[in-house]
Amino acid sequence: MSWLHLFILLPLLFAVIIPILYKKIAKIHTGWFVLVVPLSIFVYLLMFLPMIAGGETAMYALPWIPAFNIDISFYVDGLGLVFGLIISGIGTLVVLYSIYYLDKAREALHNFYVYLMIFMTAMLGVVFSDNLIVLYLFWELTSISSFLLIAYWYARRQSRYGAQKAMLITIFGGFSLLAAIIMLGIMGDTFSIRELISQGGQLVQHPLFIPAMILLLIGAFTKSAQFPFHIWLPDAMEAPTPISAYLHSATMVKAGIYLVARFTPLFGGTMEWFWIVTGVGLLTLFWGALLAVKQRDLKALLAFSTISQLGLIMSLLGMGSAALYYGEGELADLHSMAVLAAVFHLLNHATFKGSLFMVVGIVDHETGTRDIRKLGGLMSIMPISFTLALIGSLSMAGLPPFNGFLSKELFFTGTLNAASLDIFRMETYGFLIPVIAWVASVFTFIYSLILVFKTFFGNYQPERLEKEAHEAPWGMLLPPAILALFVVVIFFVPNVLGEYVLEPMMASILPTLAGQFDFHIEAWHGFEPELFMTIALVALGIILYLTLKKWIGLYNHMPRVLTITNAYNSGLKGMESISRKITNAHMTGFSRDYLRYIFLIFVLVVGASLFLLDGFSFDTGNVAHINMFEIILSLVLVGATAMVVFTRSRLAAVICVGVLGYIVALFFVVLRAPDLALTQLAIETVTVALFLVCFYHLPRLRQKEEGDGFNVINMLIAGAVGTLVTLVALSANGHRLFPAISEYYLDAYELAGAANMVNAILADFRALDTLLEIFVLCIAGLGVFALVKVRLARREKNENQ
Amino acid sequence: MKTNDVILQTISSVSAFIILAFGAYLFFAGHHDPGGGFIAGLVFASALVLLYLAFDMETVQQGIRVDYKILTGIGVGLSTLTGIGAMLLGFPFLTHTFEYVDFPFFGEIELATSVLFEVGVSLAVVGATMTIILSISEDA
Repeated sequence: MSWLHLFILLPLLFAVIIPILYKKIAKIHTGWFVLVVPLSIFVYLLMFLPMIAGGETAMYALPWIPAFNIDISFYVDGLGLVFGLIISGIGTLVVLYSIYYLDKAREALHNFYVYLMIFMTAMLGVVFSDNLIVLYLFWELTSISSFLLIAYWYARRQSRYGAQKAMLITIFGGFSLLAAIIMLGIMGDTFSIRELISQGGQLVQHPLFIPAMILLLIGAFTKSAQFPFHIWLPDAMEAPTPISAYLHSATMVKAGIYLVARFTPLFGGTMEWFWIVTGVGLLTLFWGALLAVKQRDLKALLAFSTISQLGLIMSLLGMGSAALYYGEGELADLHSMAVLAAVFHLLNHATFKGSLFMVVGIVDHETGTRDIRKLGGLMSIMPISFTLALIGSLSMAGLPPFNGFLSKELFFTGTLNAASLDIFRMETYGFLIPVIAWVASVFTFIYSLILVFKTFFGNYQPERLEKEAHEAPWGMLLPPAILALFVVVIFFVPNVLGEYVLEPMMASILPTLAGQFDFHIEAWHGFEPELFMTIALVALGIILYLTLKKWIGLYNHMPRVLTITNAYNSGLKGMESISRKITNAHMTGFSRDYLRYIFLIFVLVVGASLFLLDGFSFDTGNVAHINMFEIILSLVLVGATAMVVFTRSRLAAVICVGVLGYIVALFFVVLRAPDLALTQLAIETVTVALFLVCFYHLPRLRQKEEGDGFNVINMLIAGAVGTLVTLVALSANGHRLFPAISEYYLDAYELAGAANMVNAILADFRALDTLLEIFVLCIAGLGVFALVKVRLARREKNENQ
Repeated sequence: MKTNDVILQTISSVSAFIILAFGAYLFFAGHHDPGGGFIAGLVFASALVLLYLAFDMETVQQGIRVDYKILTGIGVGLSTLTGIGAMLLGFPFLTHTFEYVDFPFFGEIELATSVLFEVGVSLAVVGATMTIILSISEDA
């Protein structure tokens, strides 16, 4: 347990007391208390910066399940730290913003902040985990908390739809990631990312290398909303705006980027990685930018813009991975520029997009709408918001003097480098990379203009707005203003950032090149192709923006039926109807039917494997002597069983079942297993009591309704089960394939200080089993309680009517 | 259905205590002799069931004011916490330890952290069993 562990878990621990704070101190907005959490994490993480800038890393391990190589080990390097700083830093601003955005009188704040804190721990866990299983745990926790946050206004149908869509898609990707993790675990015999990377070269030969890579990428692509999994992100915009700003633009969607960056040292340098990551990234960049232009809702526009920008970063990581192929030298340096662009843009995107989301939230909050057809002319009414929106948009469009310009220039450099070098047989199609990038940037420019001009210029139409527009309170303006300040400051001093943040990040992504990066980010880099590309895109962008009305109609010609969302919807519907049919077929509501299914499958599976694998064996060598007690007990047992079957009275049947239980307990006594006998007796007593409790109220035993055929089938099944169990029991006794594990437990006294071996197993050696068992018991108890109470409540309601 | 089972009630109220004492013995015997948290929980539960059978529900509820659902939660929580406690000290989840300590008057007694775990198990078993039994009987 280290301080880092504590700080990562801090939000989760804090979440426990949020409901108490919300109820007990209702006068103060709960957000003010929550604000302390991300702020303290941010300050704590800042202390790592000098160490990371010095090229060092740190590792904090905590054993969890060492037998399976699972440890909660957190690893601090450039990549993880910068993500951690983004998560806690933007988290702080978002919490501050939400205090003013969410009304404490009307909103269920405790839910909101609890989910947000769960998310924060999950996200910090993802970026700091070195153990893949732990990473996966946190990864899925981000999906779940995101689901809860998107569905925050769960009374709205659209919120529920969006939340479900986001969860289904990202959890599907999560499963894919889990499969990749298991494959990596098999390949490298470890779940530690660092150890896997250090084995790098040998793993490439492994037959699971490519499947693991593809599955991992599916996980990353679903999380980062890459084509064709991007469809969940626009629907996730149903979440409150602080959440959109935080999860769906600055942090969670970047988890996929993080994963790709984290695994670049392992998978990078191969052709498949290069092409898949670059290709999907470019496609997403292009498609997102194209669709963003036609959006009418400001948040939807930002959602598509985020998709597009994530694609940009993804494609840069793909291009940069080529540097690992060369290892050293000029070519490696050229390609590492793409990685620089990726990490730089990642940071810039968090600043300008976070601020834009918050400004859009302000517009929504103060006017009641986000529809750009209703908005307009807000410039004079909301001058500060306008300024912030202008800074953010121009940075997004890639214009100086804002940080987006620098990373966009680097992006062009990266694409030109990727195209000019004939690696990986790109001489034929390589030129497409800068072309696609450039066209996408033109669209980026257009939608950035739409965002700011359609909202703040033109005519103010108060009659179409739900509220009289006015400037937001300072608390809502401050967070985007801080981000906007970064947007400007980074433009002027990018190299300070370079030394402390970008270089360590690049060293994590390209470890073989660490220490060799020689870059100097400059706003003016001479009359290079990049500059001409920018000038041309601005010119074309302005022309296209001015003639927007003439060509925007083209979007209506896109086929609607063929969209991916449509496929998702019909797929979901199909799955629902199929599963309903299957469920209706076997969930009849009669326990005798369930028992028949269970026994039938048991007989088929166990019986088939027993005979196909020739597993039956009979060995009398081990058989103990049978004495008088056992014969008598067996006879009583058989007699009681027969009574259960043939009796017509329910009371007699219950008593016979009780007899069965007590006889089994006696067997345990005879066979010298007092613990089991005791447990069996206690359970039998409680069960019989339970039977008696409900016995009185049961309906009369119905005489058989089914024909004789039914009975014959039942008899066959019963006979088959009985025979099979007997055979299995005999075979189990006949086989001795492995040395018995019970030898280990003989040392119970030395290992656990317990003379009672059974109990030492329950409480010490296999305590996890026991723990989960009482969890099951607890859930069963609550389940029975809920079922009965719901029925009671319904009955009372019916009686009252 | 109000009956007056004097014999049943008299015997139950006495034997319930004997059963409870036996349960307590089983609980502490657990580490070295037959017994343990799970069984002790079941035995406690059976004593309670006996009381509920002999008297009516309200009477017992007045004597034992326990919400069994919450009891289950406390039990599960306690067991989980003992596991986490080990983690706080840097051991794997659910690591237990034991020590023989000399007490004045009592002599040498074994103190094991798994006892805390077992207390949780017992509470969870009592809570869950009683929740189930009471819900079903209330329903009827």
